[in-house]
Amino acid sequence: MTDQLSPETATASIAVRHDLEHVPLVDPAAKGGLVGVLKRRYLLTLMVKRELRARYIGSKMGLAWSYIDPFSRFLTYFFVFGIILGRGQVPHFAIHLFAGMVVVNLFTTSFNSGTRSIMQNKSIVQKMPLPREIFPISAMLVSLYHTVPQLVILIGACLITGSFTPDLGTLVATPMAFAIVILLGTGMGLMFSAINVMYRDWTRVVQIFTGMLPFTVPMMYPYTLVAQRFKDFPVIEHFYLLNPITSAVLLMQRAFWITTVSPEDAKDAGKEWGFKLDGSFPPHLWERGLIFIGVGIVFLAFAQWVFMRLDDKIPDRLI
Amino acid sequence: MATSIEVDHVSKLFHKHYQRTLKQTLVARMRGRKIKDTFWALDDVAFDVEQGEAIGLMGLNGSGKSTLLKHVMGVMKPTSGQVRTRGRVSGLIATGAGFHPEMTGRENIYMNAAILGMTKAETDAKFPAMAEFAELDDFMDQPVGNYSSGMSARLGFSVAVHVDCDVFIADEVLAVGDQPFKRKCMKKMEEIRNSGVTLFYVSHAAASVRKMCTRVIVLEKGRIGFDGDVDEGIHYLHYDDDDELDVAEEESVAAELGSEI
Repeated sequence: MTDQLSPETATASIAVRHDLEHVPLVDPAAKGGLVGVLKRRYLLTLMVKRELRARYIGSKMGLAWSYIDPFSRFLTYFFVFGIILGRGQVPHFAIHLFAGMVVVNLFTTSFNSGTRSIMQNKSIVQKMPLPREIFPISAMLVSLYHTVPQLVILIGACLITGSFTPDLGTLVATPMAFAIVILLGTGMGLMFSAINVMYRDWTRVVQIFTGMLPFTVPMMYPYTLVAQRFKDFPVIEHFYLLNPITSAVLLMQRAFWITTVSPEDAKDAGKEWGFKLDGSFPPHLWERGLIFIGVGIVFLAFAQWVFMRLDDKIPDRLI
Repeated sequence: MATSIEVDHVSKLFHKHYQRTLKQTLVARMRGRKIKDTFWALDDVAFDVEQGEAIGLMGLNGSGKSTLLKHVMGVMKPTSGQVRTRGRVSGLIATGAGFHPEMTGRENIYMNAAILGMTKAETDAKFPAMAEFAELDDFMDQPVGNYSSGMSARLGFSVAVHVDCDVFIADEVLAVGDQPFKRKCMKKMEEIRNSGVTLFYVSHAAASVRKMCTRVIVLEKGRIGFDGDVDEGIHYLHYDDDDELDVAEEESVAAELGSEI
């Protein structure tokens, strides 16, 4: 019964043309929700392809901007934190930084482009019935698509060090870090795409927030520096660790950075920023990761709930 | 025959001035002005449509026709009441589907067809017919933003009519097309109607409504003013008054329809 309702499977019922006695009267609105979107995979694929093209349409460099942008930020951070402030403090600082940036970028771009997604597609939203969740979700998938080459570059950089010894931890930590960031990035994008239609101010708020975020996670500086500074104020350290993105960044560093640091590298490292080969991560790294995945699932469900409450008002408010 | 569309006491409340700044709201409040300003775009609209009926939806500008169509199409949700439809709904709202101006005509066809519920295989099979109907030739691979308004209306109409649907919605489709295209559209819509699809047709041209529809619903400021026979409905709206403008318009429409049959 339910199968006949979803548009892409309705062909069979149309074949017996207009013999519709067996087709129920239903609400003409598209079946929304994350589930509704996942059922319409073909439409989602088209959306993602369109997004990929549309994001940089009319620009000469095109897709290259997806790499120039994070790369220039990487250079800035590397210059300020790796060379000016902390030269020799963190072994393989570039990998320490970049491993974190991969997930932080994924989160901030999903969040930012997700927030703008419905407004950007208003010509379609005003006239066509479709599950509107599809816009923030395809925004996240586009960001994920751009993350793949970054991950390849990261692994390449690890191999170049010559001391990269990936272990079981690498295989476990990477998907955990991505799960946290994807769940939260999708949730944020979903929730704020609807809120942004009500009050456009949120585009700016989200921009400010995502601009601040990279500085609140331990990628430009090591986690040990934070632990050292707040030695006497454990509350602040706890508070710092409440950020789920911090956990994702630490998991990425567990997967790619610490596995490239050989005992010789560790010996040469400065002590000012508190680097220790076996003490670079907070306790309960794995447990925290699992908890934040759980938090991410709950948050995504909450975001879907918020979206559903606002969904009906979206077409009225798009002027 | 089964009920195709069921509009059950649907009302829709719209707010004016949604996008006020905080300062404007505060100033309005201090001066004791109204902060909220609402109106009913649809006010207790209720009717049923049987499968295969052809409804002509008429009414003056701003009477709620497009809002009603958006509810039937499933784009908007009513403030109270409910809309139910049976089978697949396709069509156009306000001349032209939602297009992405940066995308080519071809990409937009695939996107719109997917939104209306067609699979890739279905769209592949129908693409030649759609392209031929839209008559865009080499503009098909140009961004839609470069199209004239008539061209994008043609593209939108072409996709909508080629979806295998059970309810077809046409909102002032003929407003921007040129004469040959109008004729083609009317012919296509007749085909659709004759194949047993429920037709929901918005037009200000009495002659084409007379020709196309089996029943007329007239909206007046969001309420149903008339629901019934075609000629009576047109008379109700005074669209058959003998003043010169109407006669001229009727004649031109009659001529364009007449030449087709």
